[in-house]
Amino acid sequence: MPIKSYLAHPYEGKKETLIKALTVIDQCEILPAENENLIVLVTETETEKEEEMLKEKLDAIKSLKLLAMVSGFNTPQKNN
Amino acid sequence: MYNSLSNRRSFIKKMAMLSAMTAAASMFPGILFAAEQEAGIPANANLDWKKGPCRFCGVGCGILVGTENGKAVAIKGDPNCEVNKGLLCVKGYHQIMCIQAKDRLTHALVKKNGAYVKTPLNEALDIVADKMKETISKHGKDAVAMYTSGQSTIPEGYVASKLMKGAIGTNNLDCNARLCMASAVAGFLTTFGADEPMGCYEDIDHADYFVTWGNNMAEMHPVLFSRMLEQKSRRGAKIIDFATRTSRSSIASTRSILFEPQTDLAVANAICYEIIKNGWVNTSFVEKHCSFNKGLTNMGYGLEDNYKFKDKPEKIDFEAYKAFLKDYSPEKVAKYSKVSVKDIKYLASIYGDPNKKVVSYWCMGMNQHTRGTWMNNLVYNIHLLTGKISQPGNGPFSLTGQPSACGTAREVGTFTHKLPKGVVMNEKHRRLAAKIWKVPYERIPSKPTYHTTEMFRAVDRGDIKFIWTQVTNPLVSLPKTSRYRPGMKKDSCFVVVSDVFPTPTSDVADVILPASWHIEKSGLYGNSERRTQHWDQMIDGPGDTTPDAWMTIEVAKRMGFRDLFPYTRENHVEEIYNEYKQFHEGKKHGMAPLEVLKKESGVIWPYVDGKSTQWRFNAKYDPACSNGEDFHFYGKPDGRAVIWQRPYEPAPEVPDQEYPFWLNTGRVVEHWHTGSMTRRIPVLHQSMPAAYIEFHPEDAKALGIRDGENVKITSRRGYCIMPASIDKRGLPTKGQVFAPFFDENMLINDVTLDAFCPISKEPDFKKCAVKVEKA
Repeated sequence: MPIKSYLAHPYEGKKETLIKALTVIDQCEILPAENENLIVLVTETETEKEEEMLKEKLDAIKSLKLLAMVSGFNTPQKNN
Repeated sequence: MYNSLSNRRSFIKKMAMLSAMTAAASMFPGILFAAEQEAGIPANANLDWKKGPCRFCGVGCGILVGTENGKAVAIKGDPNCEVNKGLLCVKGYHQIMCIQAKDRLTHALVKKNGAYVKTPLNEALDIVADKMKETISKHGKDAVAMYTSGQSTIPEGYVASKLMKGAIGTNNLDCNARLCMASAVAGFLTTFGADEPMGCYEDIDHADYFVTWGNNMAEMHPVLFSRMLEQKSRRGAKIIDFATRTSRSSIASTRSILFEPQTDLAVANAICYEIIKNGWVNTSFVEKHCSFNKGLTNMGYGLEDNYKFKDKPEKIDFEAYKAFLKDYSPEKVAKYSKVSVKDIKYLASIYGDPNKKVVSYWCMGMNQHTRGTWMNNLVYNIHLLTGKISQPGNGPFSLTGQPSACGTAREVGTFTHKLPKGVVMNEKHRRLAAKIWKVPYERIPSKPTYHTTEMFRAVDRGDIKFIWTQVTNPLVSLPKTSRYRPGMKKDSCFVVVSDVFPTPTSDVADVILPASWHIEKSGLYGNSERRTQHWDQMIDGPGDTTPDAWMTIEVAKRMGFRDLFPYTRENHVEEIYNEYKQFHEGKKHGMAPLEVLKKESGVIWPYVDGKSTQWRFNAKYDPACSNGEDFHFYGKPDGRAVIWQRPYEPAPEVPDQEYPFWLNTGRVVEHWHTGSMTRRIPVLHQSMPAAYIEFHPEDAKALGIRDGENVKITSRRGYCIMPASIDKRGLPTKGQVFAPFFDENMLINDVTLDAFCPISKEPDFKKCAVKVEKA
């Protein structure tokens, strides 16, 4: 099921808020840049429904200015 | 960040993460990710972390490699390393992923009846030694050659030099640093009489201005550029990008100033003209510490085989120098440099302001130049006239491209004219080498033989009948490969290639030797700031892979030089370093003991009384200064640095009606040089899978060329077909095209010109004339 990576751009001065918001979502792993207003986000979901729900959660984050997808991988059904 | 690769899902997550990081790196010059480096490492992971330098560029970032069950499974920046303070660039993060490439060279291959046959290493080394001996016996010692690398470790370079110069007695040893740093070396030696920068990276923390001369640091030296950006953001330091093409660095800089190729010579002189005209000369510094010279002009460009040149320095005085500069007023220079009078005066005012600290950085733009030595001299002139040198935040700083261009190529001396200390032309230096190597002094020849371009010309002519390349891929990186690839294929030359992966160079080899990769062996590198960095072997390599130093030693023993190479397999790195260190004893170049290097994340030389010398030639910091003054340029017999009168001269080949475009070549952030490692790292390869040719949009429109469309680039040497890239990564000026050289499937160096700087013998990869048309 989908594993996707994004470049998440926070609103000016909202990087820490965005980090906090993404950290509490189970399906999200983040890697904030040290010296730019940017966060790498990797998401992992099991089903299409879970993917849709995640999308809704991300859309609702107010500190998130732009989410640009970089890569999307479909893995076989989890068997490991 | 890395955990077990056997877990497919976690591997895919890792790939996703790395893809995003790579995309971010290409969008945001100098972007760094550090805090979460260990996030992917399982909490229960029992990793053994070992320190070392990064495998790639000359910045020399410290890395920590996490190993588990004999495998490298994680990597992070070394927080104890002053170079990068825990940060790494995208190549640094991914480097260990190439180890697992499926086409890794794991065993020796010997060509028999046109096909490569897997051969036991001992047998292959016998063949190499026999062939080398047979060639010397039949054709003389100057019929054999070695071509090594600025990526060779210090021990690897040392034993290569000892074998060729001390044991066999030929100066037929040169290295690929000739293609990238030779002009910097010649610049340092002619101006200061001592090689390598006087300052260090700590200059970044003090400078008010960074002027980058033809240097795309955001892509080539990302960690240093990020340190500069941090100072820009924190203290308001300014970055001035002076270049022929708008790059990622230009975009992130405070100011971008573009110039017509080759006219940097004139602009540098114009800056000096303005400094003198406006009374910005630091008179007491110049009177006490500088002298003035002029050299020969109209030297030619080395285009013909067996070209020879020797400069004849002549003393001049300040008034003569001032009179020479009259041809370089901003008004005159602006007419052909395409740099406005205002911008030339702006650049001069930066250097001329006594209250501002300025560091100049450069790399290939100034070095790969048919007047590269002159260009280095001219930037030194600016710093010497204003006395902005050898102080924290003030100084000229030549960056290196390779991880040990300084440590191995320059300090060990793997150039034809060099010895571990000094040059072959100097009797005292030959005597020292003979004493340490325990060989007869007469065995070391006093004349240099072939520099890189001439070495491969000699292969083509049939004069060199045996060549052994190590840690380099010349059939992608040389200029004018359209001549040298067929030359290397000729039966007249027996070719041995040591490498980790197959390359277009190994494709023409008679014997391929399987080399250990970076962390599969112990070693030492030396970075741009005179920092020597040691690492211990971290993992075992596959199959018969063996360190290059040990393969050289084994061949030397087989050739009858066992007594000169008494090293042990287990401790050869330590034994060789301790022998080599004797060459540099003293306050001017003393090197740290191995036990210190094992403990520290690199140590800057001169290492005197347990302390690094961060700023040479300044009595406050450098114990080698002995003239009782504030500064002492002790590399020169009179203790004075030389301000050189060097004119503007045009490039050997300029655009004309038939070939109307300048061709500039270079690198990209994702790939290391010829791509033999980084193209085997999936995420880097996916991010930048193929080379391209950049156009200015107006040129593309005039030619009817669309983005992505295949274009044929033709010069008088050859052609290459590449997809067009319009207004993407970089933006060449109108009338110029740019191509990266990392892609072995699109050999842009078939097109480039093998003209070189007559003093340094470094080729110019940045300027030749081409025509472009739809393929």
